[in-house]
Amino acid sequence: MSATDRSAPPTPGNRPNPARWLVVAVPYLWLFLLFLVPFVIVIKISLSLTAIAQPPYTPVFDLAGGIGGLIDGISEFTVENYLWLTEDALYARAYLSSLTIALVSTALVLLVGYPIAYGMARAPKGLQPTLLMLIILPFWTSFLIRVYAWIGILKKEGLLNQLLLWIGVISEPLTILNTNTAVYIGIVYSYLPFMVLPLYAALERMDRTLLEAAADLGCPPIRAFWKITFPLSLPGVIAGCFLVFIPVTGEFVIPDLLGGSDTLMIGKTLWAEFFANRDWPLASAVAVVLLVILVVPIVLFQNHEMKRAEREA
Amino acid sequence: MNSRTSWFNVTSVTLGLAFLYLPILLLIIYSFNESRLVTVWAGFSTKWYVELFSNKGLLDAAWVTLRVAFFSATVATVLGTLAAITLVRFGRFYGRTLFSGMIYAPLVMPDVIIGLSLLLLFVSVDFGRGFWTIVLAHITCSMCFVAVVVQSRLVAFDRSLEEAALDLGCPPVKTFFQITLPLIAPAVIAGWMLAFTLSLDDLVIASFTTGPGATTLPMKIYSQVRLGVTPEINAVSTIMIGLVSIGVITASLMTKRRQASRIRAERQAAANR
Amino acid sequence: MAAKAVGPVKRSFAPWRDPASAPFIEFRNVTKRFGDFVAVDDLTLTIYEREFFALLGPSGCGKTTLMRMVAGFDEPTVGEVLLDGQNLAGVPPYRRPTNMMFQSYALFPHMTVEANIAFGLKQDRMPKADIATRVEEMLALVKLTPFAKRKPHQLSGGQKQRVALARSLARKPKVLLLDEPLGALDKKLREDTQFELVDLQQKLGLTFLIVTHDQEEAMTVADRVAVMDQGRIIQVATPAEVYEQPNSRYVADFIGDINLLEGRITVCNDGFIRLDCGVGGGTVEVDQTMDATPGENGWFAIRPEKMTLSLDPPENPTVNCIAGDVWDIGYLGDVSIYHVRLAGGATVKATVTNRTRLVERPISWDDKVWLTWPRDAGIVLTR
Repeated sequence: MSATDRSAPPTPGNRPNPARWLVVAVPYLWLFLLFLVPFVIVIKISLSLTAIAQPPYTPVFDLAGGIGGLIDGISEFTVENYLWLTEDALYARAYLSSLTIALVSTALVLLVGYPIAYGMARAPKGLQPTLLMLIILPFWTSFLIRVYAWIGILKKEGLLNQLLLWIGVISEPLTILNTNTAVYIGIVYSYLPFMVLPLYAALERMDRTLLEAAADLGCPPIRAFWKITFPLSLPGVIAGCFLVFIPVTGEFVIPDLLGGSDTLMIGKTLWAEFFANRDWPLASAVAVVLLVILVVPIVLFQNHEMKRAEREA
Repeated sequence: MNSRTSWFNVTSVTLGLAFLYLPILLLIIYSFNESRLVTVWAGFSTKWYVELFSNKGLLDAAWVTLRVAFFSATVATVLGTLAAITLVRFGRFYGRTLFSGMIYAPLVMPDVIIGLSLLLLFVSVDFGRGFWTIVLAHITCSMCFVAVVVQSRLVAFDRSLEEAALDLGCPPVKTFFQITLPLIAPAVIAGWMLAFTLSLDDLVIASFTTGPGATTLPMKIYSQVRLGVTPEINAVSTIMIGLVSIGVITASLMTKRRQASRIRAERQAAANR
Repeated sequence: MAAKAVGPVKRSFAPWRDPASAPFIEFRNVTKRFGDFVAVDDLTLTIYEREFFALLGPSGCGKTTLMRMVAGFDEPTVGEVLLDGQNLAGVPPYRRPTNMMFQSYALFPHMTVEANIAFGLKQDRMPKADIATRVEEMLALVKLTPFAKRKPHQLSGGQKQRVALARSLARKPKVLLLDEPLGALDKKLREDTQFELVDLQQKLGLTFLIVTHDQEEAMTVADRVAVMDQGRIIQVATPAEVYEQPNSRYVADFIGDINLLEGRITVCNDGFIRLDCGVGGGTVEVDQTMDATPGENGWFAIRPEKMTLSLDPPENPTVNCIAGDVWDIGYLGDVSIYHVRLAGGATVKATVTNRTRLVERPISWDDKVWLTWPRDAGIVLTR
């Protein structure tokens, strides 16, 4: 009985009281004001004109102006910044290249992360918490520092080249740093825990007798992996891919430090428009378009996570 | 499992861990390098550490960063815990979809977008930029991570414990502080630690939302790294890695020991009943 | 009623038969909906003071919801719940004079046994010294005095159960609610604890309301049992009445084992019913008073242990006698259950007590057997 009764929407005996109301209102208002409202402002500013001033844009409308000001403001909206984005092929290339890099690196992270997660989930039970901690530990250390560490390894006179020269695989140092290869290495390295953790969670939860049952029914191990293990780990694969793909699309630090001048990524472009060119309206337009591109995966990710949370509840 | 697959498992885990740790290890080793050239070993030296402690700019930045991290993690933990309670306990309420959307979106939202949007908010309401704007920005992002961490614990929480407290005459708010909070404390602490390191780590959001006079350590490191690799940064990194590792390892050893003694006690109880 | 403190008096304890007794817990036309799901459906029930009352039913029948409405965790959608004359509507759980023993025990894992028992007393702002005395009393009552300083995880299942009991009794509630209290214990411990619970209830003179899906448990501990299905009460009666005089096929089937033979009522006089059960069942005659008209459909219900199994045909093989072949035999040690296949294809079960040490039973597979019973053994049901 408890099953049906308890899973029904909770109706605790205590009626709504101020404390209960505060619990919802405080974080709700916080996120509303500091997460949602800023996006509206970004959209607003992306429709403004660039100006050499502080702040470096002409405010299109003022909230202080009331309804009249609002109407005046809307009539002054300009799509100039968006037109500019379409006119200069650089932006289109940057968006496209960001998506390509994100897609390829998501696949790479999955490829590298799956065997690690699988090995962890099949490790002796007593060893698993330690392995888990070892995967999480680098995650606690500075992202910037971890990316920085790769500079020392990948540069021309760096440790990788020294090692390869010493072994004799190559006769001349390779140029890895400041290329897309370095960016991929950096991304795989930095985002590996984001993939391994959800994968491990999904694989670890799997009932191992399922594989024994499959073997008992005449299914060889490799087939059993594709027919049973992999489908059951799909929620982890999906969560991991979203956790990598979405932030990588807007990544700034890795392409900036490891990539070269020809590494086009939209996060870098936005940063440059904002800090170097001080063109806030254009930077806002870049952000709005990036957001529009990412809305679909973000919504999919949310649905996936909410379903997972409900399943676990 | 046959031996071939287990061999595969051992190799993949070992290689994976090596990949994760080798760069960090090299970074640490070269922080003790005598030479300024990061890639040439010229003998053991702690001179970069000495130099570090006379670099006032770096130390100031470190102090700012620690303070930002402390304030933002603390507020984010309170807000994130409230958000988690809302998500797990309040069922369906008006605007729930929007709320959970605002919790999950920042987890994956690129930093550049969050940083830019918050900066534009601060500018448009004419809020003086600096230390506190970074704190506000970090709270906003971190609270969502805290919410997710605490949520997973709350989902597994046996609600009959709260019901038992109510049944024994304890009012709801008191029940939260006497029963719920002590029992979800590990997740709340983990959430705080996560928020703290996220804040320590952040370059992009801090760069957007900072103002004059508030330079965080990542911003300092970033500007120096752009100029070239220096052993001084290796030394800073080593210290940070060391501090974090000590913290995390101590915390996990403590929970492990508690668990072990708990398991022993449970076995004893089962044996001599 | 005041004299009801020791065992033998209990037999005469039957306030439900006395129209003058005041109700203690009352459900008045209570309905509880969770969204579209109706957990409790227009239910009215009266429980008396000092009664040990059991709510019995399968998962999802609404019994836990009913109990949670007394505790205050759920409020009725329609109707009202009264306790000792007071309407409980709007009274939060922490202000109700009831206490609950949870199925999971819900012991606070971060507090010692002592602190768990003292928790409720502290909420009442009892003086410290009084709390200490009361805690000691309760520890002695459940025989856990040496374990006062232990944490819940250092206790065995049975000990945890007793701490939970002590904690819920410490505040001297008007009603003790027990939600599947013995479900987590193994069979042997469960049986012992059932008797301990009954003793405790009599000693303390409290009203106990227990929720269980285990019919044996309900029958052992309760003064009265309410059999529930889909949010409704099907029958409320003493354990013996529920077993011997079920009011429906549902109750007959839910409590213990029963054989049901479908037939048509041919005679229904005062105190006598004849039923025509067709090819397999033959004619069935029962001493029973019931309101039915000849021609109506009915079911003859008889417990397996109330039939006599024989290899020889009885003197009158046309009334209260069915013949068939032994289809299967279940040997349970104390008894054997014979599954007998009737001419019509139906199977009935008959229990035979194993009185000898013989391993070989005289009646074996495929034997032709006759089952007979007296006129007061079974009951005719019309719903």
